[in-house]
Amino acid sequence: MSFAPLKLPDYHEQSPEVAARFRRIRERPVVLRVRDLYKMFGTNGTAHVAFEKMSLDVHRREFICIIGPSGCGKSTFIRIVAGLEDATGGEILIDGHPVSGPGPDRGMVFQGYTLFPWRTVKYNVMFGLEMRGKDSSTADAEARQWLDMVGLGKFEHAYPHELSGGMKQRVAIARALANEPRILLMDEPFGALDALTRCKMQSYLLQIWKKVEVTVLFITHDLDEACYLADRIVVMGANPGRVLEVIENPIPRPRRADQLLSPEFLALKHRLDELIHGPADAEEEKLPVIKLTEAGDEVE
Amino acid sequence: MGLRDWLGLRHELPHRRRLVLTILSFALPLALWSIVSYVPWIWHPLIRVTDPGSVDYFMTGMEVDRTVFARELADAKKDNHAPPQGYRVNPIYFQPPHAVARAFYTAFVTPPRLPTEPWLHESLGHSIRTIFWGFVISSVFGVPLGILCGTYRFFARLQEPFIEFFRYLPAPAFGALCVAILGIEDAPKIAIIFIGTFFQQVLVIANTVRKVDPALIEAAQTLGARGHRLLTRVVIPAAITDIYTDMRILLGWAWTYLIVAEVVGTMSGITYFINQQARYRHFDNVYAAIAMIGIIGLTCDMLFAWLGTVLFPWKRRARKSARAAKPKAAAGAPESAAETESSREATDSSSMPAARLVGETPDSITSEA
Repeated sequence: MSFAPLKLPDYHEQSPEVAARFRRIRERPVVLRVRDLYKMFGTNGTAHVAFEKMSLDVHRREFICIIGPSGCGKSTFIRIVAGLEDATGGEILIDGHPVSGPGPDRGMVFQGYTLFPWRTVKYNVMFGLEMRGKDSSTADAEARQWLDMVGLGKFEHAYPHELSGGMKQRVAIARALANEPRILLMDEPFGALDALTRCKMQSYLLQIWKKVEVTVLFITHDLDEACYLADRIVVMGANPGRVLEVIENPIPRPRRADQLLSPEFLALKHRLDELIHGPADAEEEKLPVIKLTEAGDEVE
Repeated sequence: MGLRDWLGLRHELPHRRRLVLTILSFALPLALWSIVSYVPWIWHPLIRVTDPGSVDYFMTGMEVDRTVFARELADAKKDNHAPPQGYRVNPIYFQPPHAVARAFYTAFVTPPRLPTEPWLHESLGHSIRTIFWGFVISSVFGVPLGILCGTYRFFARLQEPFIEFFRYLPAPAFGALCVAILGIEDAPKIAIIFIGTFFQQVLVIANTVRKVDPALIEAAQTLGARGHRLLTRVVIPAAITDIYTDMRILLGWAWTYLIVAEVVGTMSGITYFINQQARYRHFDNVYAAIAMIGIIGLTCDMLFAWLGTVLFPWKRRARKSARAAKPKAAAGAPESAAETESSREATDSSSMPAARLVGETPDSITSEA
């Protein structure tokens, strides 16, 4: 049986609705502006480039995914935006103002849930509100609101260890959103979840994003995840870390899981795959062949 | 029921078997002790003379070595003199279980020989008081300093090299110095417990605080926490349960230093009692007093363990209100976690409109987003 490759459309082709949507996004004000940001590791001349100069404008309510192989500096990039690491050069502007160091205007959701184990779910969500000096009754009411938003109102008195991974990550999202950040940074937030829960969490996230109208910068190494969630996809390459291409996602919104089989989706995924893994795997040929001895085989 | 059920590598035992083994862990040493105490041919190296017979230096009630007795017996028989009689006993310093058990009671109700001597409960009270003050004073300085060293490189660099050096100095070596400075009463004893505890305490707690997950601190920073609030609201709560465990272990060490401390200056407390009783050759009381220290230590520790579950509710694994807790539900058992999650929400959704909005019903994947 011969394998006939699908005829995929050009991933640059956008339907009029999608093109109009991107025009509208471009007209919105820029929330996060990254200018010539770069990062080097190491000292004494043996510098290793984490990622080369990188610029990015994220518009209000835009959903950006950064995708790339491990070692491309995508996590370092988002940690620098969050203020958890220092850049070697370049600047980060939030609403036009330069920022340095971590702050509540850039909420972050980490891969390892990072909930405070000594606080119940509600008090976890209240943490940021307390830090901003809100009085406890206001903070309490707001925390409940956010928990209802992520569907965990019933679990306000539970401790994190009593929740499943997906629920923990929803609490972490509620906790970050409760601070009403200008941008929500997500560093492979669903990476530790199993495939089924990850699927659910992705559609949750889209629902929340739609209701809250927050700007999202999302790191992933999962092609499907990037295609399903993003408006624009920033594809990074490794050695040295750099931006290979910024792709406008041609899949119309609202997104549904069955779009994962549409020609646009496959075209986009094919392009991402090409960028990240290269056109062909020539390396495979060079690997040595080792055969397992089977029962009955004569070993020489 | 094969051996494999009992000896599976890292294999959790059912509750009843655990209980059986717990009882055995005490019963086996006790059985060994009883055998040596009550079965005459196991050890019993001495003969207690009941009738000296013709041996002129034997007296009734005297205890002599078995070989000596055998020789005298043989000599007497050879010369047709009256043979000495006696029975085998253990040395007086080896007391049988029943005597020690009785001493647990009698040691408390027997008045001291001299009116100036303390009762057993007074001796114990004295010891507990000494250890309490030594440990409290050490903790008042040691815990905060440990937390500072674990949090700020500045304090760690400033304090820890000296403390590392100082903790190698054995606390009892300071005995003479403590007496010279603080007199012969309780103060030098408390000082020795302090010296023995404090330096370990700072290092152990600093290490515990250093082990706080840096991701928690980063998460707090992105939520707007900074400065001293990172310390009070994140680092300390994150480390507090492990600090508490450290303190329980350190308290055990303090008991070791107590016995050394109590011989400094005027001997006091339980050590004095043990020494006095040994001098009177009341070895049953000596055993009872030593066992008492173990019992007090174990009881204290169990009490603190229980108190820990009251103070730190998030460390309780199974809560009545929640479902059977899955310790590492997230990464460890994703299937069962997801299952319980959705079944839980299925029951909740009727009373919770918000859950319907983003509910994890099977068709939510295809819903509009």
